[in-house]
Amino acid sequence: MSNVIERQRHIIDFTLSSLLRRKGKNSALLAVYTLIIFILASVLFFSHALRSEAGLVLRDTPEIIVQRTMTGRYQPIPLAYAGKIGDIRGVISVRPRLWGYYYDANFLANYTLVVPGENPPEPGTIDIGSGISKLREAYPGDTIGFTGFDGKPRDYVIRKVVSDESQLVSADLILISEADYRSLSGIPANQAIDLVLKVRNPKEYTTIAEKIRRLLPDTRPIIRNEILRTYDAVFSWRSGLVIVIFSAAALAFVIFAWDKATGLSAEERKEIGILKAIGWETSDILQMKFWEGLAVSLTAFLLGVILAYCHVFFASSFIFAPVLKGWSTLYPQFKLAPIINFGHVAAIFFLTVVPYTITTIIPSWRAATIDPDAVMR
Amino acid sequence: MAARHSSTYLAVTGGLLSLLVVLVVHAHYGEKAAGPALAGMARLVGSLELTDLCLFTEASYTRHLAMTDLTTPFQDSPFAFEHFPTGALVSPPEQIVRDHVQRH
Repeated sequence: MSNVIERQRHIIDFTLSSLLRRKGKNSALLAVYTLIIFILASVLFFSHALRSEAGLVLRDTPEIIVQRTMTGRYQPIPLAYAGKIGDIRGVISVRPRLWGYYYDANFLANYTLVVPGENPPEPGTIDIGSGISKLREAYPGDTIGFTGFDGKPRDYVIRKVVSDESQLVSADLILISEADYRSLSGIPANQAIDLVLKVRNPKEYTTIAEKIRRLLPDTRPIIRNEILRTYDAVFSWRSGLVIVIFSAAALAFVIFAWDKATGLSAEERKEIGILKAIGWETSDILQMKFWEGLAVSLTAFLLGVILAYCHVFFASSFIFAPVLKGWSTLYPQFKLAPIINFGHVAAIFFLTVVPYTITTIIPSWRAATIDPDAVMR
Repeated sequence: MAARHSSTYLAVTGGLLSLLVVLVVHAHYGEKAAGPALAGMARLVGSLELTDLCLFTEASYTRHLAMTDLTTPFQDSPFAFEHFPTGALVSPPEQIVRDHVQRH
């Protein structure tokens, strides 16, 4: 047994010496290979953790929301609709929801106004998200001014700042009383932005949504499952930029593998010829090439995955931040919980390390089975 | 006497594997430790009747992804390109795609 280990160690010694003789080329190969795995793993870690958090955090989102649409765009909904929807069997309650956006031209930031159903701030006061607090350096007791729909300024005293821990859902929130909201936005007293329904039996969501559509054809009911599925699809491999990153990474890897599979350099062929001439068996050469492929791909895999984990879960995905921020000036500083799908790690391993190692062995096998004299010529 | 290449390689690979194991353990405990914070956010979502994560604040249709409509990303012109960068990161909500497919 020790002989077998010692023999393999000698082969590894020789393989690494051979790799070090072409230090520049192999270092570049390792760096690019690591970078590809790092990007792939970062995207997978980030998107999976975010999707998992969305599923956990949004589990208590409203059961059914009813919007009113006109020519494909959502519009304020008359409160009279609430009465009609409340008459549908199975609906326990219908509550108007008041929310909207406020663009702060001084800080070039968009805020989300929300009128809470429970414990709303007193008129003249507001609660703000920690993102707004940091952006405007505003704290409890300070006064913030907003311009209303009529162009007149309105001042609000900050009652409290929403907990920093909940930035992922509250960074840009302004919680405001109904009276102040209507005065600021100009939404009349007989209208709301949408309606929130509570339903007796969750199995009836779809049936009730269908009844609402038939009763009020200009409405769009959105059920809880659809909201959750929206975030299931966010950053899925088929969406937007993610598929571009995957395509680029896959293409780069195919080029690597193709370069390896289509043949060896003259120097490598000569090396195999010499090894055969001095007595190496074909199996020894294949083992050497196996270790060569494994040394490069396993090292790249381990480095890439470890760096990706640190990037996403310790460094708040700082490389993705410019992409995620877009043109926004208000961006939540959230740290994702390290929720890992080990299937993703295994998929990266089997899609990179295994094919690369095999494509290293195949051309060497072809060269190793030819007469050494012919290979060296 | 210099160390053998194989010894160095095995030590480095062993070190990286150990680090990977440490990160797996970190993930296990990190997920558990995040539980109360996630539960707190879920309570906030429930009490404020929120529908979306605050990931992107630059455009209404990416801020409230689940609430958006089909036309907002293209503003008022049917031939306009969607121009907010984050629109390229997310796909439209399933119900909008489904309704659109049913109509056409």
